[in-house]
Amino acid sequence: MESTSNHLIQIRDLVYRRGNRAIFDGVDIDIQRGKLTAIMGPSGTGKTTLLRLIGGQLRPDEGSVVVDGQNVPDLKYGALYELRKRMGMLFQNGALLTDINVFDNVAFPLREHTDLSESMIRDLVLMKLHAVGLRGARDLMPSELSGGMSRRVALARAIALDPMMIMYDEPFTGQDPISMGVLVSLLRSLTDALGLTSVVVSHDVKESLSIADYVYVISEGKVVEHGTPSTLEQSTSPWVQQFIQGQSDGPVPFHFPAPDYAEDLLGNNS
Amino acid sequence: MIGFLQRLGATTIGVNERLGRGSLFLWHVLGGFPGLLPRFQLVIQQMYSVGVLSLLIIAVAGLFVGMVLALQGYNTLVDFGATESLGVMVALSLVRELGPVVAGLLFAGRAGSALTAEIGLMKATEQLSAMEMMAVDPLHRIVAPRFLAGILSMPLLAAIFSAVAIIGGHLVGVELLGVDEGAFWSQMQAKVDLYDDIANGVIKSIVFGFVITWIAVFEGYDAVPTSEGVSRATTNTVVHGSLAVLGLDFILTALMFD
Ligand SMILES: Nc1ncnc2c1ncn2[C@@H]1O[C@H](COP(=O)(O)OP(=O)(O)OP(=O)(O)O)[C@@H](O)[C@H]1O
Ligand SMILES: [Mg+2]
Repeated sequence: MESTSNHLIQIRDLVYRRGNRAIFDGVDIDIQRGKLTAIMGPSGTGKTTLLRLIGGQLRPDEGSVVVDGQNVPDLKYGALYELRKRMGMLFQNGALLTDINVFDNVAFPLREHTDLSESMIRDLVLMKLHAVGLRGARDLMPSELSGGMSRRVALARAIALDPMMIMYDEPFTGQDPISMGVLVSLLRSLTDALGLTSVVVSHDVKESLSIADYVYVISEGKVVEHGTPSTLEQSTSPWVQQFIQGQSDGPVPFHFPAPDYAEDLLGNNS
Repeated sequence: MIGFLQRLGATTIGVNERLGRGSLFLWHVLGGFPGLLPRFQLVIQQMYSVGVLSLLIIAVAGLFVGMVLALQGYNTLVDFGATESLGVMVALSLVRELGPVVAGLLFAGRAGSALTAEIGLMKATEQLSAMEMMAVDPLHRIVAPRFLAGILSMPLLAAIFSAVAIIGGHLVGVELLGVDEGAFWSQMQAKVDLYDDIANGVIKSIVFGFVITWIAVFEGYDAVPTSEGVSRATTNTVVHGSLAVLGLDFILTALMFD
């Protein structure tokens, strides 16, 4: 097994299509063990899709997605579920189970996968909730939480089983400056103190660059640039410069692929 | 003409594809049944929401159906001076046909639609996805207990329906119309057979429970994950579930009471 390799995730020649549109068209990505890798790109480029491909919820049309020495698309049911026990994923909208309260949500993976006693589970859950600052919200139902709070509960749930890696889908959206700061340092300390491999998918350029060890920028199915945050800031590519500085003018398209605007308004094409 | 053939072909392929997916789904869910034994409380919880919460509508409907049966039956039987047979007539219609069928229709409307909406919404809000990523198979954790609860609840509901309906028949027949109470019960006891009538009725209700719950959980799991998709799936459950009950009832009756 290559599980001693430096790279926890190796993606090679990944092609993934939705209908005729190629979301990924030959993408290579390496995620280093114990490091925090940010994947950035404009909205709708397929960042969430990428995480689902890594988690085995979608199958690539071509290429390989190797996680800890195993090619995810080739895994059988049992092996895939074993692998997922070691992956945590934070969904973009939290995806909490709405019929149970915050405490039970965080306890859910522990109850499903371990034989811990209720008092141990209680301690663990309270520790995880404390880490995200929501120990006091344990009795609330998911419908009583704000979007940002839901995402923090989901984070507590994702780290409940102490996985080897966590994938964060837009962890920073909807957080006020204070919880943003706490979250940024929490992500960093999870990576540094526990040796977790973190993959952060985000379009919050400033936060991502400030905490990442390595950054990939993807757009239109390709990796446009990758490197450490400082090399990226010095990148000569106008594309990257526009993206990280958030200018509206430049080579990065803001629009979903569409026919010519004037033509469209005149109704010349159907 | 070509267009029509094309659409016919496409529809056939679509229906077959869905049947195939539904069968694979069923296979996968049944694979989760053994895992439910050590955590049977999951099934009990679902029997509460699928079964116990359907009790009221089942009991009220049963009472009225039984009362109507007795009224109509009395009017027919009285012409032949055979009103003592009212008990048998009411009981046989119920345990053989109306119990399983009407309870099945109500079950599709009350419990089936709720199951579809619940599972469909869990899909739309990515709860099922999140479970998969937590290495918990939603087909085993969410769908299997609901499925088993549906299969177990339906025969119980049908039995309760029939029992309440017979009480309704007794109320109208004996208390209101003055049929002889002894004859009402003793004829029923003598003529209703444990195997031919009751067992066959129970088999029917188990089959209906299986099919309705299968349709309901599959529609939910297969729903397009939007509010419109979930609403369409819920409608499908009630329509397909009810039609399946009526169609299967014909087939089963033909097989059982030929
Ligand atoms: N079920 C689907 N069917 C067809 N196309 C889809 C589907 N889901 C997503 N897509 C397409 O895939 C592309 C990538 O979607 P994805 O959700 O991965 O984007 P994203 O990078 O996560 O965007 P955001 O930053 O806004 O979350 C989108 O352009 C979308 O149009
Ligand atoms: Mg996304």
